[in-house]
Amino acid sequence: MEAHGSQPVEHTHPSSGVYVKIGVVLFVLTALEVGLYEFTYGEHSGVTGHALQPFFVPLLLALSAAKFALVAMFYMHLKQDSRLFTGVFLFPLIIATVIILALIVLEAYHFAFAASG
Amino acid sequence: MATTALDQQRAHAASHTEPTGLWSWITTVDHKRIGILYGTTAFIFFLLGGIEALLLRIQLGSPNNTFLSPETYNQLFTMHGTTMIFLAIMPISAAFFNFMIPLQIGARDVAFPRLNAFSYWVFLAGGLFLNSSFLFGAAPDQGWYGYANLTSRQYSPGLNVDFWMLGLQILGVASLAAAVNFFVTIVNLRAPGMKLMRMPMFTWMSFITQVLLLLAFPVITVALILLMFDRFFGTHFFVPSGGGDPLLWQHMFWIFGHPEVYILILPAFGVVSEVLPVFSRKPLFGYAAMVFSGVFIAFLGFGVWSHHMFTTGMGPIADTFFSLTTMLIAIPTGVKIFNWLGTVWGGSIQYKVPMYFALGFIAMFIIGGLSGVMHASPPADLQQNDTYFIVAHFHYVLFGGSIFGLTAGAYYWWPKMFGRLLDETLGKLHFWLMLIGFNVTFFPMHILGLNGMPRRVYTYPEGLGFETLNRIETIGSFILGLSFLVFLINIFKTWRGPRNAPADPWNGATLEWSIPSPPQEWNFAEIPVVHGRDALWEAKRAQGGKVPEPARVSGQGIHLPHPSYWPVVSALGVVGLMIGVILEPHIGPWGIIAGAAVLFFGVFNWAFEPAG
Amino acid sequence: MSDHAAAAHLETSTGLDSRKVAIWTFIGSECLFFATLISNYLVHKETWLSGPGPFPHEVWKSPAGQVFEPIIEIPLVTVGTALLLFSSLFVVLALANAQRGNRTGLLVWLAATIMCGFFFVGMQVYEFTHFVHKGLTLKTNLFGASFFTLTGFHGTHVTLGVIWLLTLWIEAFRGKIPPEKSLNLEIAALYWHFVDVVWIVIFPVVYLIK
Repeated sequence: MEAHGSQPVEHTHPSSGVYVKIGVVLFVLTALEVGLYEFTYGEHSGVTGHALQPFFVPLLLALSAAKFALVAMFYMHLKQDSRLFTGVFLFPLIIATVIILALIVLEAYHFAFAASG
Repeated sequence: MATTALDQQRAHAASHTEPTGLWSWITTVDHKRIGILYGTTAFIFFLLGGIEALLLRIQLGSPNNTFLSPETYNQLFTMHGTTMIFLAIMPISAAFFNFMIPLQIGARDVAFPRLNAFSYWVFLAGGLFLNSSFLFGAAPDQGWYGYANLTSRQYSPGLNVDFWMLGLQILGVASLAAAVNFFVTIVNLRAPGMKLMRMPMFTWMSFITQVLLLLAFPVITVALILLMFDRFFGTHFFVPSGGGDPLLWQHMFWIFGHPEVYILILPAFGVVSEVLPVFSRKPLFGYAAMVFSGVFIAFLGFGVWSHHMFTTGMGPIADTFFSLTTMLIAIPTGVKIFNWLGTVWGGSIQYKVPMYFALGFIAMFIIGGLSGVMHASPPADLQQNDTYFIVAHFHYVLFGGSIFGLTAGAYYWWPKMFGRLLDETLGKLHFWLMLIGFNVTFFPMHILGLNGMPRRVYTYPEGLGFETLNRIETIGSFILGLSFLVFLINIFKTWRGPRNAPADPWNGATLEWSIPSPPQEWNFAEIPVVHGRDALWEAKRAQGGKVPEPARVSGQGIHLPHPSYWPVVSALGVVGLMIGVILEPHIGPWGIIAGAAVLFFGVFNWAFEPAG
Repeated sequence: MSDHAAAAHLETSTGLDSRKVAIWTFIGSECLFFATLISNYLVHKETWLSGPGPFPHEVWKSPAGQVFEPIIEIPLVTVGTALLLFSSLFVVLALANAQRGNRTGLLVWLAATIMCGFFFVGMQVYEFTHFVHKGLTLKTNLFGASFFTLTGFHGTHVTLGVIWLLTLWIEAFRGKIPPEKSLNLEIAALYWHFVDVVWIVIFPVVYLIK
């Protein structure tokens, strides 16, 4: 029933143990995200936290990107599977990122322009 | 392709007869039949869009005319644009994708035959939904790109915008489903030896088109959802009084809209790249450059959208950026034009009707491209935008480009699809009337635009110097209409003749010409093995210059997908859902729930339908 | 789920199953769908604070003197985020069991996935109702509009995923997912992971970034 590609690939999939370990890492990364938020902006954030504020967004996005990559590469099997799938996922992702950034820049500029009259 | 012993065996066995009757068409999952359904439906919508255009031209034929009211005029130009783009050009291209892609890559059908049928029925439903608005006197009237906040509930209180918004969503579903299907088909169902860089150019350009569809349509889906929320749920995404920004609509729309115009032209590029080599008896010049320029155009097409917004005051940095990318995209386009010319140069030109339209395409598209490059300069565009200069540009590329190209495809592939050749003399008459009518209609628009005539005006006063050219354009539009009458006469006249076209009337280079006209249900008696580009020319060379006329075989032992009515049911669910939305003010959520229920019912049964 | 006969009996050009290529293609397309929704959210962030409230992280006082506290509750959403992450783990374990032919393992882990998905949706429903009680609807301000639209469409995707997985669970229960048919689950799992991955982006962007 399957095309001949899928049977052999199975054998190179990670073991269940690896999946669980990655699950734990994902949980830890999420905790770090929330922790970073609390540390920087939370009710009890202190001087160091406030000093971190300019770095907050890049740090946070880096943590999210790590989670994204782990799920994509290991849970979605992109690392083991044909590179076609990586291409089919990555190309739209790049276009998507460009569009998000472009819209933020264009609209921010537009509002600034409009506000200045 | 030589007939093998197996083929001869099959030819002696009882022949498989294709099912006939309405039900067989409703449940068909055969890509060739679905292609014919698309083509016929799209052509009818094309004629409808043409009639809308003729009505517009009558109104504009004289100054201060009262043939159409302003409201009717707005509905007609909106529907003309929406119809031509979404209900004519795209589905005619889809007709060719459907019929030809599997044949060109040596496959028996597309990857997902039922999904293919589903796409057609959803398209039909969407087209009917959009046009049903006329029955309510509420056809869309906000322009085919529906700028906010004209489209807000405040300024467009009626059903017009709702029909447009929901109609486009329905059509979007059809396009996305088809795009997934053709993408997978081209990636996965190529015959042995059919490497990507050996694929026919029509398949290549269609492949790139599917990628554009997949990436661009979700953007307009979201934009239409946000508009729907503004109109139905009182959000203020595009409404300034609530903090929203009408310009955001323009950005989102054109992020879709610009790739959309490449979706409209690439298939025609593909057709022309097939026709020119065959009728010059010479391989396409610069195959690799043609592939890579197509890919480059598609990729860069996502970086030019704000050239539609030069007059909105985005600021000098944005203007410059988009101006540069827009000028840049002219380069790969130019590469293609030179390669087409290089193909014809030194060839043994066969002056048949498909070649006429392909050559006409090159000339007309160059003109359209030139005016496009002129718009790429923001200061120049400041004057040109929203004038007839723009109308001239896009008609040269969409009609002079897409329609001429797709018409070339129609004449070229007609014998393969229907087993009959169209009449050459009538075809040439069609061409000349179309070429003359088209240029008489649209060339003067360049002048009118530069002289300041705005677009989307239902009339104009005397004394501004617009009268004569408008009158000429109106006459031109009727010549154009006449050309399609000639086409219809050609179709009806030849339809009455016998279905005896040869498999390969043009000495074609690609695999579709290696099977009977029209093909048998399973396409190929045996899946071909491909050894190079222009697979059929390659095969002919290997056999001393010709291959024998392919025999019709019995098809015994060839497994075909089964017909199914679940695609139709699911399509009814999709459109039912949208009808439910438009009726929500009257019947609450029940229409939506009913539509969703039918959709779920259809999809579940589809998923669990036994294969064998 | 039934076969698509044409693809199943032929060798494919890539050696890959057409249905797997199809789901990845669909996922690629969906990236653009969510990118546009996320852009919409981020773009409107600039103009929110013209009010009226409530707002996610900021206090807002109406001209009449009414005070709107920040509306986002991080603990609740963090639990939901963790649920969705674990559901990705559970579905990949379910798939591994399916491929090995372990029907019990498949049923247990798939049930766990479905439960997590179900509770995630429950969390969202609770959050939405809570926000409405606090005075935030689609119409109130652009935060409400953008928030409910973005997370609402994500939640719809999760719900459809739950229905899909539930259908597969029933099939698995009836013994209809042997190792040869594990691709059916793999395809659903890929969709499910994608929905999780979108939330991995939405969570910080909406809930953690001011």
